[in-house]
Amino acid sequence: MENFTHLTRPGIVKSYVTTLQISAFSAAGGVFFGFLLAYAATLGGLPRALKSFLLTFSGVASNFAGVPLAFTFIATLGRVGLVTTVLSTVFGIDLYDTGFNLYSFWGLGITYLYFQIPLMVLLITPALEAMKPSWREAAESLGAGSLVYWVRVGLPLLLPAILASFIMLFGNAFGAYATAYALTGGLLNLVPILIGAQIRGDVLHDPNLGYALALGMVAIMTASIFAYLALQKQTSRWMT
Amino acid sequence: MDDLSATRSLARVVRHALIVASGVVFFVLPLVATFLFSLHGKKNELGFSAYEHVFADPQFYSTFLFSLEMAFATVVLGLVLLLPTVLWMHLRAPRARALIEGFALLPFVVPPIVLVFGLIKLYSRPPLDLVTSPLLLVAGYIVISFPYLFRSLDAGVRALDLKSLTEASQSLGASMVTTLWRVIIPNLRTSLLGAGFLTFAIVLGELTLAVLLAWPAFGPYMALVGRDLAYEPAALAIVSFLLTWLFIGLVQLLTRTKGP
Repeated sequence: MENFTHLTRPGIVKSYVTTLQISAFSAAGGVFFGFLLAYAATLGGLPRALKSFLLTFSGVASNFAGVPLAFTFIATLGRVGLVTTVLSTVFGIDLYDTGFNLYSFWGLGITYLYFQIPLMVLLITPALEAMKPSWREAAESLGAGSLVYWVRVGLPLLLPAILASFIMLFGNAFGAYATAYALTGGLLNLVPILIGAQIRGDVLHDPNLGYALALGMVAIMTASIFAYLALQKQTSRWMT
Repeated sequence: MDDLSATRSLARVVRHALIVASGVVFFVLPLVATFLFSLHGKKNELGFSAYEHVFADPQFYSTFLFSLEMAFATVVLGLVLLLPTVLWMHLRAPRARALIEGFALLPFVVPPIVLVFGLIKLYSRPPLDLVTSPLLLVAGYIVISFPYLFRSLDAGVRALDLKSLTEASQSLGASMVTTLWRVIIPNLRTSLLGAGFLTFAIVLGELTLAVLLAWPAFGPYMALVGRDLAYEPAALAIVSFLLTWLFIGLVQLLTRTKGP
């Protein structure tokens, strides 16, 4: 039991807060942009081939995480990355002078979006496909406009599915080790990075801290999965 | 009125096309940037020298081969374990489904970093000193790929009329093994292959388990290259992206042709 008091140490609390923040940020961004993308491709009146391409690409991109993904963003937004270079030579904007840094919180968050948005597209598309056009027609025949339809019908129906997807994305980022390790070289103080450091050698001079960190992580994931299952049940009531 | 609604629906399509276009920019720009970056291997000259370096490195092949072997072992052992389980669940124990689906959620609750921590703590001292055995790595990979294997097999078996197939086969005098080998596996070909390719895509570039159990796998090799070199990592990222496309593309192709 004594080991758990370690979890209240300032450094450890901060690493949990940072991990929670980055997971929440990348999950919120993934849910928002992934929903827009999935909606535009599913119900936006665009060619059907586009949707099947988006789904295939999402299958690839949601699996394209870890070391190669970190390399991709280093080549793009790193200090000598292509976008950084073009911005400074062509537009005279030094990205790193504006306070941006790929190897920090925001940089990692943007990198995570590369697999979070596709995962959201994969998770929410079935729900969007299950929304029947007749519901919209019924609402419109009763005098509802687009906004009213969304506020009174569309969003209430989709909300459990959206929240469930958020939890999936949150957990996806919370447990991610490879991308953060390859991008920041273990400098950013995240819980998975700390556990990794504990395995590599007892850098924090406390062999039991690893157990406490790991258990704290499992506790958060367990809470997430129960919330997810409860929300999923609500959606499966109308989706068949 | 018609003009107005036509303009409105056009505006709608344009708005959605813009959303998709900005999505394309976000996803394609890093790939283009990485590709262009990877062409800078030689000073003041564009070319494929970074790729030449990568493909000339014997470690590239040895680590890739090691990861291929691990992926192969994971797929074979994973299927040997799961195929009978799924068949038995469908035929005899439908009530076990809830339990197995619960297990399929466990890799989410216990992320790879926690899994490897537990494996090392549990198996690094006698009587279970397994940390130096590649079997432990394969076992970890089976845990990670379990949900994908299970869902793919479950969907495949569900699409079959398993009960009629086994009864027909057995009434013709076939044993359980013959039924499995000559009737069920050929019918499940696409979902078995799909599950296999997905597992390959996951295991080939995996870092967490491989690096912390200290195996010379492809993921740790890439991380090492990234620490020491500038342009070769970009080339590796492009190679790795193409590999992911190959495997996931095969999965999608298989699952799409399966439908009616």
